[in-house]
Amino acid sequence: MTVSPDRRIANMGAQAALPRKNGELVFEAPWEGRAFGLAVALNNDGHYGWRGFRDRLVVEIAAAEKSGVPSSYYEQWLASLEKLVVAKGLVSADELDARTAEYAAGQRDEDHG
Amino acid sequence: MSSHHPGEHHPEPEPYPAIRTKALESLLVEKGLVSTDAIDAVVRAYERDIGPLNGARVVARAWIDPSYKKRLLENGTEAIAELDFVGSQGAEMVVLENTQAVHNMVVCTLCSCYPWPVLGLPPTWYKSAAYRSRAVIEPRAVLHEFGLDLDESIELRVWDSTADVRYMVLPERPDGTEDMSQEELASLVTRDAMIGVAKVRAPAAVS
Repeated sequence: MTVSPDRRIANMGAQAALPRKNGELVFEAPWEGRAFGLAVALNNDGHYGWRGFRDRLVVEIAAAEKSGVPSSYYEQWLASLEKLVVAKGLVSADELDARTAEYAAGQRDEDHG
Repeated sequence: MSSHHPGEHHPEPEPYPAIRTKALESLLVEKGLVSTDAIDAVVRAYERDIGPLNGARVVARAWIDPSYKKRLLENGTEAIAELDFVGSQGAEMVVLENTQAVHNMVVCTLCSCYPWPVLGLPPTWYKSAAYRSRAVIEPRAVLHEFGLDLDESIELRVWDSTADVRYMVLPERPDGTEDMSQEELASLVTRDAMIGVAKVRAPAAVS
């Protein structure tokens, strides 16, 4: 499967800009790469428009700054993604919480970690 | 209490966002809304294809094609557009040639104007107050910190970007690259060299 990067995603500006090092994307932990790939793949498959995601991300980043609680770019990214997929009815908040609890309890760790 | 299950592979509990991402992915995959292959493909593509690649292609082309280089230095905006990507969002692109006698470096003292369609997004240090002021006041000291010591005989020119004019440096082609293809040359060109805080180096060992 080949994917061509979408410049609207790659070149988001200001606070929404993707973290980079020497021009290349930087993921501090594997989950950040997964969260990135998940949000872009859902967009590519037409489950939402990128603008909708980006607008939520900008709101999330602003809210995080205001709250004063330190959080990373991809934590804000993940929060935006969660809210968007729930708003779009792709998953429900309840099932997401339930699945999260299962992973946290080690009940689903058969897959890649 | 670092291990709740005997025989588990995680010696420490994973951070919440890692678990949350797994939960989200697993639900979406289960519902057939996305595939793990699609996610992998996205990550690979974005890690590989974006970044300073466009600018590197411009530089490599200029190194092997003297007429292109001439057009590039005369009218950066148009010459860059020849390679099928737009230079800089309506701003004029000016390309500055580094030679044995002249070294150019780029800064934006007011904010962080930067030719991102060719160089990707600006690095954090480019946007820092320290770089923005010191690049003008003591550029040689700044270059030294980047590991680049210029001979005193080399003229150093510092260019201040604006919303209307964006600069990109055409670095010197390193010795020992005479037999390389355009594509191979492009792979040598770094973002820092196109900002003018580094030189392009030939691969260490060429057999």
